[in-house]
Amino acid sequence: MNLDSLTHTSGEWLRGSGPESDIVISSRIRLARNLAAFPFTNRASSGQKSEIESLLRERVARLDLEPRLGYLSVPTLSSLDRQLLVERQLISRELASADGPRGVALAPQERVSLMVNEEDHLRLQVMRSGFTLDEAWQEIDRVDDMLEQRVTYAFSEEFGYLTACPTNVGTGMRASVMLHLPALEHTKQIEKVFRALQKINLAVRGLYGEGSRASGHFYQISNQVTLGKSETGILNEIHGVIPNIITYERQARTSWLRDNRQGLQDKISRAYGTLCSATMMTSEETMELLSFVRLGINLHLVEDITIPTVNELFIQTQPAHLQKIVGTSLDGEERNAARARYLRTRLREAGAHPN
Amino acid sequence: MKCQLCSNPATVHLTDIVDMQKKELHLCQSCAEQHQLIKKQELNLPAILKSLIGQHIGQQTDELARLTCPACGIKYMEFRAQGRLGCPYDYVVFRDGLAPLMQRIHRSDHHVGKAPQRSVLPAEQQAKLVELRRRLQNAIDRENYEEAAHLRDMLRNKGSHG
Repeated sequence: MNLDSLTHTSGEWLRGSGPESDIVISSRIRLARNLAAFPFTNRASSGQKSEIESLLRERVARLDLEPRLGYLSVPTLSSLDRQLLVERQLISRELASADGPRGVALAPQERVSLMVNEEDHLRLQVMRSGFTLDEAWQEIDRVDDMLEQRVTYAFSEEFGYLTACPTNVGTGMRASVMLHLPALEHTKQIEKVFRALQKINLAVRGLYGEGSRASGHFYQISNQVTLGKSETGILNEIHGVIPNIITYERQARTSWLRDNRQGLQDKISRAYGTLCSATMMTSEETMELLSFVRLGINLHLVEDITIPTVNELFIQTQPAHLQKIVGTSLDGEERNAARARYLRTRLREAGAHPN
Repeated sequence: MKCQLCSNPATVHLTDIVDMQKKELHLCQSCAEQHQLIKKQELNLPAILKSLIGQHIGQQTDELARLTCPACGIKYMEFRAQGRLGCPYDYVVFRDGLAPLMQRIHRSDHHVGKAPQRSVLPAEQQAKLVELRRRLQNAIDRENYEEAAHLRDMLRNKGSHG
C-alpha cells in the first residue's frame, strides 16, 4: 500500500457527501474483539503478540472482501507515516505509539480499517461520510461475521464480547458521529447540548477523540455504555438525538444570519482573506478559519470554493500531511510557513477556477 | 437504653470530658434537638447508603485482593491499579469485583445483543489455553527448550483456537 498517494485525497470521512453532510461530517463504528485463547495485548509477551498478529493477518487476508485489505506493520512505518494514519483516523494514537508487533489492515477507500494488537487484539472500524450510521453498522456487522467464521472470539453469555477494559465489554461497540457545530459554539448553546447528552450517557469529544480539543468546531458524539444494550438499541439512541442537534445548529445559523448578517459575513470574509494571504499559519488557526469558510459555503456567503476543497484542506494542513506534500520534514516554524504557502496556492487555484 | 429526659429509646449518645471527668448523655432524637445538642436534620439516606456500600466493598476487596488469575497470572490488585484485565478468564475469576463495577459503568451486568453464531469456547478451555501459553513463554524465557517443545505440542493438540 502506497501511503504517499493518500496525501492527495481527503479520504472517506471528509468526502463531504452523504445525508446531512452540511453538518454531519462522518459516521463511524468500531468493534473491540479478542481471541479466546490468548492473554490480552497488555499482558502478552512480544512473541505472543507476534503470534496474534500473524494469525489475524493471515485470517484477515483470506476475508472475501472486494477490494482486498492491505496490511501495514506499524513498527516498520516511519513516525511521519504513523502520524499520517492517525490524522486520517485510520489508526489510533495508542496504536501509533505502542510497543511490539502490531499493525492495521486497510481498505483502499479508507472505509474499513482493522487494527491488530491495539488495547484489544482486534479493533474493527468502519467510517462513512455523512449521517450514515446504519450503513456503517451493516458493513461492520458483515465484516465481523466473516471474521468470526475464522477466529474464536473471547465471548461469554453473561458479559458478551470480552475486552481488556471493562468499559468496552458487552457489544464492544463505540458508534460515533462527527458534527460541525460552529453556530452552536458561537451562541454558547453547545454547553446545554453537552449537558443533555451526558444525562443520557452519550459522550462528546473533540476531533481526534479522547482528550482532544474541539478544534475547527468539530465534535464527536458517541455512546459510553456497551453492556446491557444491544447494538441496534445503542444506534437508536444516537439516532434519536442527532436530528435534534442538527435542527438546533440550523436554527442557530438562521438566527445568526437574521440578527447579524453583516457581522457574520465579515467574520467569514476575514477568515477567507487570512487564509488567502497570511504567511505563517498554525494548524489550530487553520482549523478555526477553515471552519468559518465551511460555514460560509453552507450559508451561500462564499461562492468561489466548494466543501470538498475545504475538507481536503482540513486534512492536508495537518502536520504529517503537510510534510508529506512538501516532501521534507519541517520544524514548527517552517511548517507554519509551508502551511500558509500551501493554503494560498490552493485557494488561489480554487478561486480562479470555481467548480 | 432510655432517654434520660423522657422515656423514649435513646438514639443520641454524647460524651463530654469536663475537668477530667467523663460525662455521658443519652437522649432521644427529639430531646436532643430540643436542647439544641444536635442540629435538626433530615435523614441523609444517600450518605448512609454510600457508607454502607463502602463498607461492603471494603470487605470484598480484602478477599478480592488475594485473587490471582490461574490462566494469565494477573492479580486483582494489578487490574485495579492499571484498569486493564489480563485475559478473558479474568471475567470469571474476578467476577465478584467486576459485577459491581459493570453496574457502575454500564448500569447493567449482563450482555444484550450480538453473539457469535458458532459455539463459543467454554471459559475453562480458554483459561487452559492461556495458561499453557504462559507456561510456554516462561519455558522459553528460562531457555528450557525441552519443556517448551512439550507445551507447544500440547497447545497444538488442543487445536489452533485462533
